[in-house]
Amino acid sequence: MGPTNSQSGTPLAATKADERLAGTSLLVRVFRRPEIGALMGALVVFVLFALVDQTPGHIFSSLTGAARWSDYASTIGIVAVPVALLMIGGEFDLSAGVMVGSSGLFGGLLITNWGWPVWPAIGAMLVFALVVGFLNGYLVMATGLPSFIVTLAMFFSLRGLNLGLTKLLTGTVRVSDVDKGAGFDSAHAVFSSEFWPPYDFKIAVVWWIAIAALATWALTRTKFGNWVFAVGGDATAARNTGVPVKRTKITLFMCTSLAAALVGVIDLTRLNGIQAGQGVGDEFQFIIAAVVGGCLLTGGYGSAIGSSIGAAIIGMAFIGIAYAGWNTDWTWLFLGIILFLAVLVNTFIGKRARGARR
Amino acid sequence: MTAEPMATSDVPALRLVDVSKYFGNVIALKDVSLSVFPGQVTCVLGDNGAGKSTLIKILSGVHKASEGQMMVDGVAREFESPRQALDAGIATVYQDLATVPLMSVWRNFFLGNEPTKGFPPFRWIDRRYGKSVCRTEMAEIGIDIRDPEQPVGTLSGGERQAVAIARAVHFGAKVLILDEPTSALGVKASGVVLRYVLRARDRGIAVVFITHNPHHAFLVGDHFYLLNRGAMVQEFVRDNVTREELVKAMAGGAELEVLEHELESLR
Repeated sequence: MGPTNSQSGTPLAATKADERLAGTSLLVRVFRRPEIGALMGALVVFVLFALVDQTPGHIFSSLTGAARWSDYASTIGIVAVPVALLMIGGEFDLSAGVMVGSSGLFGGLLITNWGWPVWPAIGAMLVFALVVGFLNGYLVMATGLPSFIVTLAMFFSLRGLNLGLTKLLTGTVRVSDVDKGAGFDSAHAVFSSEFWPPYDFKIAVVWWIAIAALATWALTRTKFGNWVFAVGGDATAARNTGVPVKRTKITLFMCTSLAAALVGVIDLTRLNGIQAGQGVGDEFQFIIAAVVGGCLLTGGYGSAIGSSIGAAIIGMAFIGIAYAGWNTDWTWLFLGIILFLAVLVNTFIGKRARGARR
Repeated sequence: MTAEPMATSDVPALRLVDVSKYFGNVIALKDVSLSVFPGQVTCVLGDNGAGKSTLIKILSGVHKASEGQMMVDGVAREFESPRQALDAGIATVYQDLATVPLMSVWRNFFLGNEPTKGFPPFRWIDRRYGKSVCRTEMAEIGIDIRDPEQPVGTLSGGERQAVAIARAVHFGAKVLILDEPTSALGVKASGVVLRYVLRARDRGIAVVFITHNPHHAFLVGDHFYLLNRGAMVQEFVRDNVTREELVKAMAGGAELEVLEHELESLR
């Protein structure tokens, strides 16, 4: 071997601190979190609506108010959390909203049209959701088409099926009288009862918090979570290091669909029935919640807690605007502005803190 | 062969015998033979379109050879997938496709091989272990990771390559294939990578260094193969070649002179 092969170079920088590295302050660590923009946004929105609240006794900032907006937020948040995971994994699901209606109608028809007991029908709804989710994921992986297109096609297909089949089987655009099914009372207790009187928080809030906690743990502490970040950040690099890219992404689509079906169960047991158009349009609220919560549209970055905070902002906006005595039509304008501002904050503060540029 | 290579072991860790690869009627590689020995750096030099990428893909299990044989530790093998090659101890570090920029250094380091504890299905990543191993392994190669939570995207290009190389070495690579590890890097960053190439060699790993830069190859190589238009055209051992000869061979000798004349007339 040649002479230049002997221990070349100087002892390296391992021992001394790099003078080019500024210390990582606590503030930077806090701002490095993906949910920081959403958290600041949530505080601002809460204070704003607490101030403009026109109700006697300022209900918005009371526990009764919290019970109301958390109710709205929970059915958004339950799906927004897996939608966030899916976005971190680099994919979209535009069919998540209509899946709420599809699974609800499917279960409702099983109960009312074919006389299934409620619990087996709920089981069938969840299996149905897993199949649709698998189909979404499999089609995206097998065709290589953008998930935006594949799930948009799924969205329109399901929307058509919802209306067509419901009309065909019931003669109306609604499935009702689900409460006559066997076992409805226990299902109602599990999915749509209330707790903590006199404020009457909905049990769906507990489901939401449980799902957010589970997703956060899975995302930050498990192998699967590591793979989610990897397949969204750089699928080729992930594949090169042995990460099962297809399996990870298909699992994420299935989780999203499953969560949508859970909201379908909650709606079905709460309303004793379901409209054929239920859930249509909600897919954008899920995505807004995830993006406000710090998910990058390009994948590889985001958090489950952030998307939950995003869902809370949406809930506060809907209830807050009603309590302020404004026309609820303004909610959409408000959500549009919030979406834009939160993404601005996430992009600029987040980028600085992550150290990509100063 | 011009000369028997000086080997720390007489059995090549990886050997190709008359390997050819066809894509339809395109001949990507024709009768390529090479031997890679443990504890040596084997450089494969070639210009764009010489067949370097195809060669890497055969070595790493992405493609199967159309003809010829691949031997691992003297035993004929055929790989169906990159995972199989990885399991046989052949790790490939692709340029720019090795790490996920938004993920932290330690998460990248353990990507696909996460250390876990707990009971199934509730197994979680052993973060403390992961971070400390990552820090130690990176310090070993002379890169001080102050904060293992730092995203890989904030590291320099050389450090990023080094993370990918350190990962391959840590997970037991016997053969380390480096695809143009220095081509996108500046002089200093290249130095980081080249130093690490030597450290990997000193650990007894057979390093395959694929590059179009004869200067970098000369700095670390023990054995040089020149690939041109799908065929091995020349072979050198370190003691029998000078940097100038290598540069000239790489540049295509006569072709370079023609180019020189042509450019001269344009000035």
